[in-house]
Amino acid sequence: MIRFSLFASLTGVALSLSATPALAQNDDLMTDLDPASIGAQDVEETTVEGDGDGEGISVTVTADAWQDLGIAIASFATNRDVSTPANSQGTAALGLELARVVYSDLRFNGLFRPVGPDALPRPSYPEITDPAWNTWRGRSAEMLVHGYVRANDDGRLTVGCYLYDVALQSELVREGWVVNPSEWRRAAHKCADLVYSRLSGEDPFFDSRIAYIAETGPKDNRIKRLAIMDSDGANHRFITNGQSTALTPRYSPDYSKIAYLSYVDGNPRIYVYDIGSGRQTLVTQSANPTFAPRWSPDGRYILYSMAVGGNTDIYRVSAAGGGTPQRLTSGPAIEVGGSYSPDGSQIVFESDQSGAQQCYVMNSDGSNQRRISFFGGRCASPEWSPRGDQIAFTHIVGDFHIGVMNPQGRNMRTLTNGWQDEGPTWAPNGRIIQFFRTERNSGDTSIWQVDLTGENERRLRTPVGASDPAWGPVLP
Amino acid sequence: MNRLIIAVTLSSALALGACKKEPPVVTPDAPQDTVTQPTPTPAPTSTAPQPGSQSHFSSAMAGADTIYFDTDRYNIDNEDMIALRRQAEYLLQYTGARATVEGHADERGTRDYNLALGERRANAAKNYLVSLGVPESRLRTVSYGEERPVATGSNEQAWARNRRAVTVMIER
Repeated sequence: MIRFSLFASLTGVALSLSATPALAQNDDLMTDLDPASIGAQDVEETTVEGDGDGEGISVTVTADAWQDLGIAIASFATNRDVSTPANSQGTAALGLELARVVYSDLRFNGLFRPVGPDALPRPSYPEITDPAWNTWRGRSAEMLVHGYVRANDDGRLTVGCYLYDVALQSELVREGWVVNPSEWRRAAHKCADLVYSRLSGEDPFFDSRIAYIAETGPKDNRIKRLAIMDSDGANHRFITNGQSTALTPRYSPDYSKIAYLSYVDGNPRIYVYDIGSGRQTLVTQSANPTFAPRWSPDGRYILYSMAVGGNTDIYRVSAAGGGTPQRLTSGPAIEVGGSYSPDGSQIVFESDQSGAQQCYVMNSDGSNQRRISFFGGRCASPEWSPRGDQIAFTHIVGDFHIGVMNPQGRNMRTLTNGWQDEGPTWAPNGRIIQFFRTERNSGDTSIWQVDLTGENERRLRTPVGASDPAWGPVLP
Repeated sequence: MNRLIIAVTLSSALALGACKKEPPVVTPDAPQDTVTQPTPTPAPTSTAPQPGSQSHFSSAMAGADTIYFDTDRYNIDNEDMIALRRQAEYLLQYTGARATVEGHADERGTRDYNLALGERRANAAKNYLVSLGVPESRLRTVSYGEERPVATGSNEQAWARNRRAVTVMIER
């Protein structure tokens, strides 16, 4: 016992004198982090019952017509109203919540003309696979979403989701998932994804997460914490405790890690936070400041920017740790950031070598660097769309706006019109962009999203100020 | 390392107070934009600040601990040289003193670029101090990008005060 306490106090002394960040660098992390709620658990797909016909029916909806489709999203039914950790009032109440989430996903993204469960009759459990067509036809709904929730003996939930064409009186698609009660929202997002994908022909995106920076406090003493949330702003969680400034997070493509900048050792450094172990490590062992972390699409590499003697360039290092970082840019100008094309072959980045920030593209080994932005104003923080067809960026023309262009730097379009809109990040399907907006004078920040038409713009509801959003891929 | 963080935090707070007391010559007063905390009153102690301490350095510099930059620039102009010479004289007089040069940017830039710009500014100031004979081993740099403004307004006056490099003592 005595020996133990002696050892402990010695360790304490060593700690306070030591310059090694190995222990100190975890000081900033919250202590009650549950890996399951930050990372990604697989959602099990399951076969759900239907009336058998309807498979193979092909409904073609033209691009401009699908936005106007009227969709009725009715409360999900339950076979037996029993208690569940997912809802204090039981599975019947949970069924209503599930439908509300599906409705909110579609409505807040300006997709279709959805009508939610609070304005609709509640179908019975048998009606989920055998809709009361006359009821829905009378409400001039063109499409109908039904679903059910069942509490299983093992404590998990089975959620089924059905999309019907009311005029044809046929089922277009159905799917089911088995989830832990804590992940019931994911089943609703998957249902919204199913409906959206089936009717629009686009890839899904609702069942995904966003890493961002939660901001509180006055402008000259701002507290910035690493945080995460679901794509609709729900399930907000802090990862760091706010003792030191955190910036610019990025989820790894498999959601197992988050790379971000922290001042936890007094200097700006990129850490890679491992969700499973709850520990974080430096992206590279260097006395130089590192910032602007980015993952390669396959998760094998991390791009980072490092200033050596005041000159910032872009480097690439193996995400597995170890290995020698490879320097991709050189020269006296600032080269910073970087975003991979979806196939991993190219990187778009920003440089001020022309005298001001502009966007450049290079091969992923650093070769063939060329400027692509020539449309006037400055081009900053470029992000390659997961579809590959567009690059979003911060267009600085006095004020800061979110713009998109093709990978050749042409067909530039401005999507937003705030005083300071910056830091675009793409939805997994490349159809929606999130960014953050800073208010003049107050410095208050908020996360917004806009579709590629620029018409559907909305603010995400976050519990506190929010900046630096980084949208992850669709969850596994 | 922990001690270092505390020292930096403390000295930043002091430097902030010093800025308010001694507005920079290069920019006009911007009273509405200054930080809201009250002007710090001198600690009621009879002991004088020790050479090499932040309070000693800050009062000796009388505002020359900070240099200012134009938008997106990091060159050292004549006014900066005068301030940096005073800093160098101090550091050469008190050979035990060690300092951090903090580089800052205004809010009117993107986050990553501002971090890089703060690095440039801190290093420009540090390199000038080294050229005046201050041993490099006694200087470190850190960029805060746009994260630590001293003036909180969103106007040219405030931004001019935030585009800066501040030298602060590392206290031990």
